[in-house]
Amino acid sequence: MRNNRLVLLAVLTAVAGASSAAETAADNYKTYCVQCHGSQGNGKGINIRDMSVQPRDHTDAKAMSGRTDDELFKVIKEGGLSIDKSVLMPPWGDTLSDGEIRDMVQHLRGLCKCRYGS
Amino acid sequence: MNALMTRALWRAVAIPVFAALSLAAWGADGSAILQQQCAACHNLTGPAPQTLQALWNRKGPDLFYAGNKYREAWLVSWLQKPKPIRPAGEFYGDHIKPGPKGDEVDATTLKAHPALGQGEATAVAAALMKLKAHDDLIAREKIEPGTLSKSMGEMVFDKFLGCMACHRIEPDYGGLSGPELYTAGERLQPQFIASYIRSPQAWDPKIWMPNKHVSDANIQKLVRYLELLSKENAHEK
Repeated sequence: MRNNRLVLLAVLTAVAGASSAAETAADNYKTYCVQCHGSQGNGKGINIRDMSVQPRDHTDAKAMSGRTDDELFKVIKEGGLSIDKSVLMPPWGDTLSDGEIRDMVQHLRGLCKCRYGS
Repeated sequence: MNALMTRALWRAVAIPVFAALSLAAWGADGSAILQQQCAACHNLTGPAPQTLQALWNRKGPDLFYAGNKYREAWLVSWLQKPKPIRPAGEFYGDHIKPGPKGDEVDATTLKAHPALGQGEATAVAAALMKLKAHDDLIAREKIEPGTLSKSMGEMVFDKFLGCMACHRIEPDYGGLSGPELYTAGERLQPQFIASYIRSPQAWDPKIWMPNKHVSDANIQKLVRYLELLSKENAHEK
């Protein structure tokens, strides 16, 4: 009986996990981030011409290493204003799950080839 | 040619032409045209894409809630003389290429929307207006009467909310990944505009427009602003 419950719990957890993190960070980046941050991740997307503040170049190791993973998580989930940056960076918390945002932070670390403070 | 002859000629030519056109409108089966000519690119039955793959595969806007979204008069006119609404097409990621100053729209990959005759357009618009999968979302919106200056509207749209990042508010000002909004007021029903801003994900869970948690007061202002823009755009045409 106890074992059955454990199996059920494991199955439910797996199903919940699969539905909340179904998309890869690369696919989410291509869909949501590229419009402003560009197909090369260099901050030069199709939308930037008339923007008063230019999007972050995600390949810029110097700038990106100035942000902690927690700050990157927060700015993706809650938008630019949440870390005193531009309103032009919108909040993605209704689009991406927390798990997907954590994966995205790691994807950004791959683009800048950098960590916080290095 | 004297005036009498002109009038007679007008009657002889114009009246049968009008009669034929209205007969064609009456005779065309909008639902059948939708199934035969539109269903390859437009989703007429729902649901909206639930995965990114399905989102990327979409070739044109979903139409299963067209009757909740569009104004019928706009549909009739646009279907006869379609103009691009999404500067980077759908899915935008398939229509961009890297350029010297950054990504550019690759116009060679964009396809023009087919044009319909007046009768077909009228029949198709009527059929589209019956597709109302989201009456529930529309019923939650109430548009308050009121006025707004263009400069205040622009302040909310550009500065407070940053909508111009992705949307054009003039033919050559604003972002490219979202639909242009200088004709949105004549294109869209006000409750749809309000509801979509409130939660793009309620309409289209995977769409690349974020939910910015816009306040009720600002939603009302944006609806008024877009209607103002549209009138101005129509005036300038």
